[in-house]
Amino acid sequence: MVTTNRADGEAIKVLTRKDFVSDEEVRWCPGCGDYSILAQTQRVMPDLGVPRENIVFISGIGCSSRLPYYMNTYGFHSIHGRAPTIASGLKAARPELSVWVITGDGDALSIGGNHILHVLRRNMDLQIVLHNNEVYGLTKGQYSPTSPVGTVKVSTPMGSIDWPLKPLAVALGAEATFVARSLDAEPHHMVEMLKAAHDHRGASFVEIYQNCNIYNDGAFEEFTAKDVRADRMLYLKQGEPMIFGKNRDKGIRINGLRPEVVEIGKDGITEADILVHDATIEDPTIAFMLTRMDWPEFPVPVGVIRKVQRPTYNDLMTQQIEKAIETQGEGDIDALFRQGDVWEVE
Amino acid sequence: MTTLTREEADQQTKDVDRVTIRFAGDSGDGMQLTGTQFTKTSAVFGNDISTVPDIPAEIRAPQGSLPGVSAFQLSFSSFDIYTPGDQPDVLVAMNPAALKVHLPDLPKGAMIIVNTDEFNEANLKKAGYPANPLDDDTLDGYRVYKVPIGTMNARALRDSGLNAQEIDRSKNMFALGLMFWMYSRPLDTTVKYIEERFGRRNPKVAEANLAVLKAGYNYGETTEMFAAHYHVPKARLAPGTYRQISGNEATALGFLTASKLAGRPLFYGSYPITPASDVLHQLSSFKRFGVKTFQAEDEIAAIGSAIGASFGGSMGMTGTSGPGIALKSEGIGLAVMVELPLVIIDVQRAGPSTGIPTKMEQGDLLQCMFGRNSVAPVAIVAPATSGDAFYMAIEAWRIAIKYRTPVIFLSDFYLGYGAEPWLIPDISTLPKIDPDFATDPATFQPFKRDEKTLARPWAIPGTPGLEHRIGGLEKGNIDGNVNYEPANHDLMTRLRFEKIARIADDIPPLDVFGDEEGGDLLVLGWGSTYGVIRTAVQRARAQGKSVSHAHIRHLNPMPKNVGEVLKRYKKVLIPENNMGQLLLLIRGEFLVDAQGLHRITGRPFMIAEIEEKILEMVD
Repeated sequence: MVTTNRADGEAIKVLTRKDFVSDEEVRWCPGCGDYSILAQTQRVMPDLGVPRENIVFISGIGCSSRLPYYMNTYGFHSIHGRAPTIASGLKAARPELSVWVITGDGDALSIGGNHILHVLRRNMDLQIVLHNNEVYGLTKGQYSPTSPVGTVKVSTPMGSIDWPLKPLAVALGAEATFVARSLDAEPHHMVEMLKAAHDHRGASFVEIYQNCNIYNDGAFEEFTAKDVRADRMLYLKQGEPMIFGKNRDKGIRINGLRPEVVEIGKDGITEADILVHDATIEDPTIAFMLTRMDWPEFPVPVGVIRKVQRPTYNDLMTQQIEKAIETQGEGDIDALFRQGDVWEVE
Repeated sequence: MTTLTREEADQQTKDVDRVTIRFAGDSGDGMQLTGTQFTKTSAVFGNDISTVPDIPAEIRAPQGSLPGVSAFQLSFSSFDIYTPGDQPDVLVAMNPAALKVHLPDLPKGAMIIVNTDEFNEANLKKAGYPANPLDDDTLDGYRVYKVPIGTMNARALRDSGLNAQEIDRSKNMFALGLMFWMYSRPLDTTVKYIEERFGRRNPKVAEANLAVLKAGYNYGETTEMFAAHYHVPKARLAPGTYRQISGNEATALGFLTASKLAGRPLFYGSYPITPASDVLHQLSSFKRFGVKTFQAEDEIAAIGSAIGASFGGSMGMTGTSGPGIALKSEGIGLAVMVELPLVIIDVQRAGPSTGIPTKMEQGDLLQCMFGRNSVAPVAIVAPATSGDAFYMAIEAWRIAIKYRTPVIFLSDFYLGYGAEPWLIPDISTLPKIDPDFATDPATFQPFKRDEKTLARPWAIPGTPGLEHRIGGLEKGNIDGNVNYEPANHDLMTRLRFEKIARIADDIPPLDVFGDEEGGDLLVLGWGSTYGVIRTAVQRARAQGKSVSHAHIRHLNPMPKNVGEVLKRYKKVLIPENNMGQLLLLIRGEFLVDAQGLHRITGRPFMIAEIEEKILEMVD
């Protein structure tokens, strides 16, 4: 904590990243992508304008779900897949808190799949951060619901045979109002995404590609490696055309119902042909299209894919209570006891 | 049939102490409403009452079929009663299926009022009667009154302007009016109800219902078909203001009151399940009290949300029935581990798996005691009667908050839907519950316990300087950091266990009804068997037998004197609607050679069968 002096001379306390580092020893494997996510999460906290005591991190089970122990905020490391339920109860009960859900691909999409659907459709005002490493790390390396078909792991010696989920497409199917993606290797981008998630009023769903260097090393390397990133990833910016490439010469154009990669300057294609990114469109069609774009056919989009406004569950719940009090008066328990037929015995 | 003059008929008013009536008909016939109205009228009149509905499992079984029969039984009396009665004195059967289903429960000599209009070939076939039971010897030995209820109803509403279907819907009012006459009840409570219910919205329907109600009453008075009518004098109840209350209503009011006494908002996360949904419905109508209800996506989310709310300092609750408890087990284990206050309602129903959702059983006691991985003790309370549910709901929260523990509130279908008169309490006389939040960063440690209760601090988000992390992993004693040390795990397991055990220092001792000093037989029960056991014991005592009754309302931990009480009696009998769950606990804990009596029919015990067992054991 740093103390500075405001113009009026009053000392104010300014929190820094260090104020959000807890005294628990961090126990992820050295080199794990979770270290970066933890660091960026701690870094973004002082910028949120929320008192530290009003911040709560809630997680399920898995490597990612250890994160709350390392945050010097209120925290709850719960049971497998159930973090959204605990976070929902807490947020509904205490809407003034900033509640963050930390989860992984197995936690959110296998055992906790049902809760993810419902927390998103309700638009509970939470930040849900999914560390996607496409593998079960804590249980020592089984394939996960986001692993590609054919993943050879300890439980699938001949390769996995089930089709993977795309987390952001699932989120859109569940009527999510805010959907974004980032990656562990891009600290600044991640901070920007976490901040945007916090600023969104409603359920914010952020997928972060996270490298598991022990059980699934290099899962995203093909498009996230520093030297190829610019050509193989699409950095979405609100109101800007979807242009990518080291030379900023490639873009996404809509052809009928499908996106296609085009080269600017070739075959008469100009910047005006390139699709302009607008995350605020109510219709989720283009957002859905973006969530399904994958390397090598397409560059992998990162950034805020969807951000639309819809009333939050917690706000609506509060409004109903206020309305009930306004129309029926504040509850009178003695009157409630005497509701209906009563009689006197002497 | 003898013909009596009006004066003679009036002289035929007989005083009786207690009457049990069962209204039975198709699920669309309005039998629940009819029963409820008769109950209210009798309550306001001043009788003691006990009621129980018998609702079909199917929402809309085919009309006239056996599974579609819905019934409501009530017993009213001039003295204290504890049960809705074993065998009805009167059966009102609105169709052949209703007669078929309920006839086996009737003692010979009972009165049967049948709606003859429904005894046509099609309905008889649906009920599985090869011949019309009204014409053969099926009903020999009963006092049968054949009333064309449908025809009378239609006649009364000939000029009402309603269509045939609407007219048919009023026929339950005819039966109700007739029973009001038969038992000398005033019509005003039901008249007021009809006016309030339909008056403004649908005056034609209100008028029709009133007309038919009166037609039924007048039919009894003028037809001279009935040899007599009856009078049940008022009961002598403790003075005060009363209302009728069902177990589920009392439960909801009790939890609301607990919230008021603790000054903390109530949060109820629940997934719809029979027969616990009524609690959700009730609490969702308490928004003006600041109660938050959350209809979750499943049972697991329901308990998760409640735990989250409790973490935030609300009174987090969830409610379900047996299969839901199975799904919530992991969540209950989490609440045990993080030591947060939480109340879980289990309105038990019959059978394993889906079983019989609309029937009663006491099969979840051991699930609640032990149905979690590892050593995960929770407190368990069980109300004895519908009205007691109010007080045990408050007690559940007192324990949950004081000891920072999940508490299971074990109710059952019979208790939830059964109803009785309830003396309205004065809330200002009930003791407050102190949430006692931690606020001091200088002394705060997440698992530093209260020396007496072993409760850990309840430090809620929003409190500066108390930021801390909890979770399902084993925690270090006092500091609350993740800790896998063998000695620490041993210590924490013992502390969690001992904390629950110490609640026994803080609950009332087990009371004995009968021979407190000891005797030949103690009948020990828990939950909704209270009424039948008490009545059976009273009957045995009236025959000069040394039989006593004790009822356990705190099942875990049990009152401290239970072992000592048991040893005062030569024999112990434990009747349960299961295969002997309290029996197993009692035998295991106290090495007492108690005997069980088991009934798993989905229906409560009959007083007679407990009485028979008692007499067998003391003779």
